[in-house]
Amino acid sequence: MLIHTIARRELKAYFTSLIAYTVIATFLAVSGYFFYTNMVMFVMFVGSDVRLGLWQQTFYDMRFVLVSLMPLLTMRLFAEEKKLGTIELLFTSPLQDVDIILGKYLASVLVLVLMLVLTVLYPILLAIVFSVDIGPVATGYLGLFLMGSACIACGLFLSSLTENQIVAAMATLGVLLLLWFIDWNEGIAGAATIRVLHQLSFSEHFLNFIRGVIELDDVVYYVSLTVLFLCCTAWSLESRKWRGRA
Amino acid sequence: MYTIEAEHLTKFYGSARGVVDLSFTVERGEIVGFLGPNGSGKTTTMRMLTCFFPPTSGTARICGHDIVREPLAVRRAIGYLPESVPLYLDMPVRSYLHFFAEVKGVPSRQRRQRVEETMQRCGLEQYAHRLIRKLSKGYRQRVGIAQALLGDPEVLILDEPTIGLDPRQIIEIRNLIKELGSSRTVILSTHILPEVSMTCTRVMIIHEGRLIAIDTPDNLMRRIQQTPRILLRAHGPEHELIRTLAALPNVRSVQRTSTGAAALDYYQIDTEPDGQVMSEIARVVVEAGWQLQELRPLDITLEQIFIQLITDEQTGPRPC
Repeated sequence: MLIHTIARRELKAYFTSLIAYTVIATFLAVSGYFFYTNMVMFVMFVGSDVRLGLWQQTFYDMRFVLVSLMPLLTMRLFAEEKKLGTIELLFTSPLQDVDIILGKYLASVLVLVLMLVLTVLYPILLAIVFSVDIGPVATGYLGLFLMGSACIACGLFLSSLTENQIVAAMATLGVLLLLWFIDWNEGIAGAATIRVLHQLSFSEHFLNFIRGVIELDDVVYYVSLTVLFLCCTAWSLESRKWRGRA
Repeated sequence: MYTIEAEHLTKFYGSARGVVDLSFTVERGEIVGFLGPNGSGKTTTMRMLTCFFPPTSGTARICGHDIVREPLAVRRAIGYLPESVPLYLDMPVRSYLHFFAEVKGVPSRQRRQRVEETMQRCGLEQYAHRLIRKLSKGYRQRVGIAQALLGDPEVLILDEPTIGLDPRQIIEIRNLIKELGSSRTVILSTHILPEVSMTCTRVMIIHEGRLIAIDTPDNLMRRIQQTPRILLRAHGPEHELIRTLAALPNVRSVQRTSTGAAALDYYQIDTEPDGQVMSEIARVVVEAGWQLQELRPLDITLEQIFIQLITDEQTGPRPC
C-alpha cells in the first residue's frame, strides 16, 4: 500500500520535472532512427532476412540506447531527496525502508515499461505491410525489460550513495558499461576466466533474447542482478544508523 | 504516565560525541525547549526520538512505545519538522500534504478533510495550489509544520522552528506552537534564548552533549538571580554619586557602565537578595539633584543563565 504511495509520488515527480519526457523522447527518437535505418538496410541489401535479422539488429541497437539512458532516469531517486533533506521526512514517517526502495524502483520500472510500450509502434507499423513474427519480437522486449530493470536497480543503489545527481548518473553509467564490456577482450584472459566473465556479462546474457530464445540462465542473471542491487540499496540506507547522516 | 521518557540516551558517531547519558521525562501538554549552542546535540537527540537513527545505548519511550524496538509505532505518534525544513519543492502545497497524509496512514475517506483542516490551521488555504518552490520562507515553514501536524500526532518535535523568519513570522509561528501545545506535547529546539522564555513551559539546557539543567524558565532565572541588579540613569558627579549610593544599606556595589557623553550616565547597582532599595535610591538621587532619568530592575536574561550554567559546568557544580 505504501509502496504504491511512494511510487505514485515518484511518477508525478518524473512527469512534472520533465525528466521522464526527456528520457522517453530521446529513447524514441534514437531507437526510431535505428529502426528506420535498419529497415532500409535490410530491405535494400538482405531483404530475405527481414523477419528475424531486422529485429535482432534493432534490439541490439535499442539495448545500447537503454543502457545509456537509464542512469538519467535513476540519478535523482535518492540523490535529490538527500540534497533536499526530504529523505529525513521519509525516514521519520511510519514507512519501512523497503517501502521507500520498492516504491522508487517501481516508479522507474513503470517509466521503462512506458518507453518500451511506445516503441511497439514500430512492429505494428511494419506488420501493416509485411508479416511480423510475434515470438522473437516478444522475447526481445522481455530481454530489454529485464535488462532495463537491472539498470534501474543499479542506478537506484548508486543514487543512494550520493547527494549529487551527476555523480550518481556517471557512476551508474560506469558500472553498466563495465558489466557490458567485461567479456569483450577475450585475448587477455584464459579460457576458464573468459567463461566466468561471459556469465557476468550484461551483453552476453542478452543475446538469446534477441534470437527468440528464453533461457532460464539469462532470466536468473538479470533478476539476481536486480535483487543484488536492491539489497545493496537497503544496506546503504541502513548505514544512516551508524553513520548518523542520511 | 509520561508522554516521553528518555533513559540514558547516548549517541556516538564513531568515536565522536553526539549526546551522552540524557535522561528526562516530559508530560502531556508540556512545551519543552531544548536550548544549546549549535553542535550541542539538540538535533541528535531529536533524531533519536524520531527514530531517524537508534541510540548507541540507552533508550526512550514515546507514548509507551520504545524507540529502539517499535520505531514504526513511535513514528506514528510523532510529527517532526527537521531543522532545514525539507520540502518537495516541485509539488503544490495540497498534493504535498496529501502525500504525507497517505504516508502517515490517514484513512482515505478522512484524508481530504484532514488536509483542508490542517491547511486552514496553518493559514495556507490561499496557497493550496501554489508550488512550494514559489512560497516565501515563512510559508514554507508553515507547510513544514502542517506536514508535522497531519497525522494528528500526540507529540510534535520541531527543530529550530523559527530560524530564518522575519519578526512578524516568528510571532505567528510562536503563537501557532503555543496553540498546538494546549492539546499536545511539543519539543522544540532553539539556540535563540528569548524564544524559550516566550513559548516553553520547561527548558532543557544541553551543552556539549550533556543535559546541564532542566527547569521552568522562571525557576532557572531565579536560580541564577542571586544578586538582583538595578539600572540607574542619572546625571551627577560620578565619584560622589557612586560613594553615596554604595553607602546605602543592602547595596553591594555600584558601577558606572557607560562612558562618553555626560548625558548618558548609566550605573549598574548590585543589591542584596530581597533588599528593597529602589525607593531609597530614588530618594537619594532626587534629593541630591542628580537628574534622575531612569531607574529599573535589570531582568536577568536567559543569555546570562546560559553563560552562567556553562561556566558552572566548567568550574564545577554550584551549590543551589
